Amino acid sequence: MIARTPLAALGVIGATAVVAALAGPASAAGRELRVCADPNNLPFSNQEGEGFENRIAELVAEELDAELSYTWWAQRRGFIRNTLNAGACDVVMGVPAGYELVETTAAYYRSAYVYVYRADRGLDLRSIQDPRLRELRIGVHLIGDDGANPPPAHALGAQGIVDNVVGYMIYGDYREPNPPARVIEAVAVGDLDVAAVWGPFGGYFAKHAPVPLAAVPITDTAAFAPLRFEFGMAMGVRKDDRALLEELNEIVERRREDIHALLDEYGVPRVAPGAFEEREAP
Amino acid sequence: MLVATLLLLAHGPAEGDEAVAELSRDDAQWVMPAKNYASTRFSGLDQIDIENVGDLQLVWTFSTGLTPGHEAAPLVVGDTMYVVTPFPNILYALDTRDGSLRWAYEPEPERASQGVACCDVVNRGAAYFDGKIFYNTLDNHTVAVDAETGEEVWKTRLGSINRGETMTMAPLVVKGKVLVGNSGGEMGVRGWLTALDAGTGEIAWRAYSTGPDSDVLIGDDFEPFYPQDREPDLGVLTWPPGRWEIGGGTVWGWISYDPELDLIYYGTANPGPWNHNQRLGDNKWTSSIFARNPDTGMARWAYQWGPHDLYDYDGVNENILIDLEIDGAERKVLVRPERNGHMYVLDRVTGEVLSAEPYEYITVTRGIDLETGRPIEVEEKEPRENEVMREICPAAPGAKDWQPSAFSPRTGLIYVPHQHLCMDMKAVETSYIAGTPFVGAEVEMYAGPGGYRGEYMAWDPVQGEKVWAIEENFPVWSGTVVTAGDVAFYGTMDRWFKAVDARSGELLWQFRTGSGIIGQPITYLGPDGRQYVAILAGVGGWAGAVVSAGLDTSVPFGALGFVGAMTDLPEHTAAGGTLYVFALPEQGPAQ
Repeated sequence: MIARTPLAALGVIGATAVVAALAGPASAAGRELRVCADPNNLPFSNQEGEGFENRIAELVAEELDAELSYTWWAQRRGFIRNTLNAGACDVVMGVPAGYELVETTAAYYRSAYVYVYRADRGLDLRSIQDPRLRELRIGVHLIGDDGANPPPAHALGAQGIVDNVVGYMIYGDYREPNPPARVIEAVAVGDLDVAAVWGPFGGYFAKHAPVPLAAVPITDTAAFAPLRFEFGMAMGVRKDDRALLEELNEIVERRREDIHALLDEYGVPRVAPGAFEEREAP
Repeated sequence: MLVATLLLLAHGPAEGDEAVAELSRDDAQWVMPAKNYASTRFSGLDQIDIENVGDLQLVWTFSTGLTPGHEAAPLVVGDTMYVVTPFPNILYALDTRDGSLRWAYEPEPERASQGVACCDVVNRGAAYFDGKIFYNTLDNHTVAVDAETGEEVWKTRLGSINRGETMTMAPLVVKGKVLVGNSGGEMGVRGWLTALDAGTGEIAWRAYSTGPDSDVLIGDDFEPFYPQDREPDLGVLTWPPGRWEIGGGTVWGWISYDPELDLIYYGTANPGPWNHNQRLGDNKWTSSIFARNPDTGMARWAYQWGPHDLYDYDGVNENILIDLEIDGAERKVLVRPERNGHMYVLDRVTGEVLSAEPYEYITVTRGIDLETGRPIEVEEKEPRENEVMREICPAAPGAKDWQPSAFSPRTGLIYVPHQHLCMDMKAVETSYIAGTPFVGAEVEMYAGPGGYRGEYMAWDPVQGEKVWAIEENFPVWSGTVVTAGDVAFYGTMDRWFKAVDARSGELLWQFRTGSGIIGQPITYLGPDGRQYVAILAGVGGWAGAVVSAGLDTSVPFGALGFVGAMTDLPEHTAAGGTLYVFALPEQGPAQ
């Protein structure tokens, strides 16, 4: 079920609201697992605790026998600086493995950019070099960080596929639930033929759309290196927090199957480790 | 006596627009950040001159208690000084006699707006008109505050932080209209300039920088100089379909006004947020200059100095309106030290580029083609995604960023604080925003040839050449003022407030401030008839975010690559805003 609760977003983008004890009774030792998360971005997290990163945080808190608390902050430029590195929390649940701003755990899942299209279209689209991409109306997310955008926007542009590409700001309108989801909704209602988005978005919203949608990992991407379409995802801690890092790595290892079962529940597509896996190892 | 004069001007027959133009000519006061509509930042005061400036003394100070970058110019109206702070955008009214605090107005902008601003939560200042102080808040409101009482007169919301918009620029008030623009091109914001009724705060017109002519306010009166600019709806047709809707071209810099031609002039920022191979075409009217009618907003001419920007050159720099003798003829010109390192001299009646000489080290262009007005690009420097692009000069902030220049009619020279930086770009940094991992551009900036990062120079706009230059260790991110005493003032990020000889560039005096300077100096007469000089110190901004935001110096591509060039700034300054006011020692017997 996609959360439709409108959030008082204006107060939430940068607000530091601490919601304690989503993970059950306080531990005897009084340990606290302080997590920073986006209050409005399913399937990852929201303030109601409905995202898979919320669920994994609960799992980790349980393993550490700790009480779970949150600092909510929109995951935009400055997120790490204003949260983890400002000492507001000790862990962020999802960052790319090897992300330079933090120390990352071992990747606990690996996903890929996917095509999302209506199942009733019979498109069977997989390759980023499929000639039909010149005709289809394709939605992509935009970030605009120094002109850098998600890999589909670049790979399509490099092939001269431009006029039929439609951009959706990843930031969206923060007053609405899950702002990055607009591009998937456009596929469902037929405004777009296909969306090329990061796997967890695509898989989750495809699963919860009012019409059946397919979410298929994008292939034939090697020609566009150093652009990457697959990323291992990890937890992040402050660079000097070796003790917590080791505890988290142990939990990732021990509970991998449970974590993957959770990700299945959320429809998160996963791919096998590829050529970049070694580079991402912490 | 001075107060009486002011009251007469504000409430006498020369009410409104005439009055503010009059006030801007009164060197006792400083009623708009650029000093006057021509944006010369020149003061006719000459009590402080090259002979005695060495005796300048600190008179009083005022702490804002804030650590973001302080970019604003103070205003002086009568015997009151007005200071706007960075977020939370407090307006302080201070008695110029002794710095006593008269009142403070707190607009209480949304805290969340801090998370939306791209590069520190700065504010570039306020403007005075008809008994009110006008300025913008980071969360997209323009406010009018009673200059006497500090009461809010009106407050108008112009944009939404939820869509990535913020406002940081200083308004200009022309013919009873408060002109303001937006920031946030990287967030998919479509740029605009908006005119508000100074009395009521109601929106009179809004001119977008992209889109159909009806939105850009291009009509029958539009007469651009270059033929390629004369087709209809270029704000749509120079983009792939629909790209203009989130095309950038924000308006966060400076506006000038020529009362005789009755035209306002301002620049638009670079295109965004698309990667450049997804926005084929010239991307009009980003990286452009507009001349518009202030009553209706309708465009008279436009000139795009940076078609299809590749390097993040935000074209919002100041436009200095002066009359020069060029090739034996008197020309009404607009001089603009551009991001791309060229000093543009335009005919401000027609929009023709008369000259565009390089004033900085440039690798990305081989000059400007005066036939077409377009830069001659160096193809090898075009960013390619699978390659490391080295020695792109100027770097992304350009040869000069927002920090405004000054012009002295006495010396005929333009005084330009600017930077001297190059950059490398490579697509290898793994980034993460709102749940999406991607490979970002790793931009690393560094000092240009010679190893220095900033320069304060004097430029002859007629000869098109540099007359003298002072190399500075850090980018010169402050504004500047030049006076009839032939003294020019500017500040450095390593905490020096400097006075130099406007003719020779010789350093005459300097004062060590508490934090680095990125503010804009002003000068005025106090009620005691003495000349004062004021500057707001407090390092930060895009260049200084490494200090004001405490960025990690081991991550060189922080602050869009600026951190790499500024890793040693924390060794020279801490953050913190303080206003400093200086004067010569009082005459007469010692007290």
